[in-house]
Amino acid sequence: MQLFPGGSSKVFTRNNESRRSLTPYLLLLPGMAWLAIFFIIPFFSLFLTSLMAPAGESVLDGYKTAFQISNYFNAFSEYWPEFAKSLLYAASATLLALLIGYPLAYHIALRAGRWRNLMLVLIIAPFFASYLVRTYAWKTILADDSLITTALNAMHLLPQDRLLNTPIAVIAGISYNFLPFMILPLYASLERVDPRFLEASKDLYANPVRTFTKVTLPLSMPGVVSGTLLTFIPAMGDFINASLLGSTKDKMIGNVINSQFVIVRDYPQASALSFLLMSIILVIVFFYIRRAGTEDLV
Amino acid sequence: MKSFKILGDTPADAIARNIASAMMNRRRLLQVAGAGATAAVVAACGVGGNSDTEADSSEDFSDTEKQVDWSTWIGYIDVDEDSGARPTLDAFTAETGITVNYNEDYNDNNEFFAKVRPLLEAGKPTARDLVTPTDWMAGQWISLGYAQQLNDANIPNKSNLLPSLVDVPFDPGRVYSLPWQGGYGGLGWNKAKVKELTGSDQLQSLDDLFGPKLKGKISVLSEMRETVGCIMSHQGANPSDFTSDQFFNALDYLEGQISSGQIRSVTGNDYLAALESGDIVAAIGWSGDVAQLGEEFQFAIPAGGGILWTDNILIPVGARHKKNAETLMNYYYDPVIAAKVAAYVQYITPVNGAKEEAAKLDASLPDNPLIFPTDADLTNVTPFMLLDADTEKEYQDAFQAVIGN
Repeated sequence: MQLFPGGSSKVFTRNNESRRSLTPYLLLLPGMAWLAIFFIIPFFSLFLTSLMAPAGESVLDGYKTAFQISNYFNAFSEYWPEFAKSLLYAASATLLALLIGYPLAYHIALRAGRWRNLMLVLIIAPFFASYLVRTYAWKTILADDSLITTALNAMHLLPQDRLLNTPIAVIAGISYNFLPFMILPLYASLERVDPRFLEASKDLYANPVRTFTKVTLPLSMPGVVSGTLLTFIPAMGDFINASLLGSTKDKMIGNVINSQFVIVRDYPQASALSFLLMSIILVIVFFYIRRAGTEDLV
Repeated sequence: MKSFKILGDTPADAIARNIASAMMNRRRLLQVAGAGATAAVVAACGVGGNSDTEADSSEDFSDTEKQVDWSTWIGYIDVDEDSGARPTLDAFTAETGITVNYNEDYNDNNEFFAKVRPLLEAGKPTARDLVTPTDWMAGQWISLGYAQQLNDANIPNKSNLLPSLVDVPFDPGRVYSLPWQGGYGGLGWNKAKVKELTGSDQLQSLDDLFGPKLKGKISVLSEMRETVGCIMSHQGANPSDFTSDQFFNALDYLEGQISSGQIRSVTGNDYLAALESGDIVAAIGWSGDVAQLGEEFQFAIPAGGGILWTDNILIPVGARHKKNAETLMNYYYDPVIAAKVAAYVQYITPVNGAKEEAAKLDASLPDNPLIFPTDADLTNVTPFMLLDADTEKEYQDAFQAVIGN
């Protein structure tokens, strides 16, 4: 193109432009169709269901379309402890994943050298096993007579004398399962940090700590934001970790929604809970992104 | 109600069992996801609730399509350990020319029902000719009009059904269903580990299970009927005829045991893996399951009383191969065949005469109380009361809240 500025390209301008104006839409089409069929339509049907009222005295009469907003108040007043627990577990797990993931991503991006690709593969490797099998493995790792539990117990560090079926196990499980979602965006943004900035910082007599807090960390903020979001959002709605690793007292809102849909079959209640969960996540994410001062999610 | 097939007790077997259970649970997830979505869509279209679908309106393609599609629980039929084949099913195909699509896609009564219910409500075929719900769930299928009346002319062996199982509350006279296997809900434990903690390797009643020495080392089932039923028996109420107060008393008791930390977790089939790993040492569990775990484990009906359940085969409305399904039912009600299945799965067989046939296979089988119940056992177990849909929802809602869902 640079060889022939102007001239020849002009001939095709009109033709190119009309094609160019259509191309983005054509490219968007499969994605939009997918979203419309598998997200927007179910989304509306779920919303309608969440406002339904019993059609008669008996559950056998089913539910009829109504505008019963009280479903939402009932759902929240009955299950706010589970929402609170989900928030607590998801936030703790996200923080834990960040604390574990950042040094790892930093090392891979800036220090690993020729080992970089191998380490990235190792980060992704757990995905080759099913999510459930991985979570089951944690049952064995945290079992009562496992090495880690007996060791911690010998030091009297465990309030309940066990790890499995405690909130600690749930949080550990979530952190582990979502860790790659934390590391990969962190890696992507750390890898883009120009090493010359770090050298410049050093040349200006900043010590390593100051270089990190003033240069590396701010430059990697987009990775931190997207990593925490990619971990926190699915963690909030997760129910596998709580049901396999938690005790009866550690259930999250996902467990409630599951049982309301499948066992109790109170579809309006279950739909209202799903919507509440989505709204709570949206509000949290909104304020978080504003606070973090960036909308650039890498 | 059922769990994995028989595995030994080497570490490799334990891992295999864990993975099997994980796979089951993954399937369960897919079912849940699918059921949730379709349920929401159907509910939104206002199809919810009762259906007046008449029983035997669907067309029968049995004569032209020689097949039966059967949905049942895992490990619920005899399997040749070496080849993985299912000898009685293969013999059925050889005898009748009917191929059986044997799907082990039952992991939970509620889930399975949630999966097919939208189809049944919309009057669409479920693509299944036989399903295997537990007694109370079979009651829901029947009362909602989702089961077809059996044509007894095709099932002459129906006369082999044990007399005590004919007039059941959910299907008096067995018009729609036949029992497949039965079992107990009661106490299961690891003998050595219980002895370590309590000094005795026996558990007699729920008092032992809920005793201070086993605190944090026991689990109960997430099936309301087994768990609440055993507690009700323990409290002197009758699980097959109780008042709302008695139910909620039992639920309060359960809640107390959960909040005190006595009960460590409320699980489905997972309790077997936890018993094996030693995370729990005792549980309210299912008879055949615990029996299959091996020598160091024991199952007993609690002194206060246990729960008797059956899993039943019935034909959904819209089934394409009703007559073939009935032929299959008839085949498995032959005592010779029933004995072969019972010898493998170790659950109570509902077929009269199977005991004599079992003696021919293995002289010790007739003395196995888990397959052929003793009178003493039978007086100490009772089925759970049949609940109407509204009571079911009320109780289930309360139970789910207590177990943290």
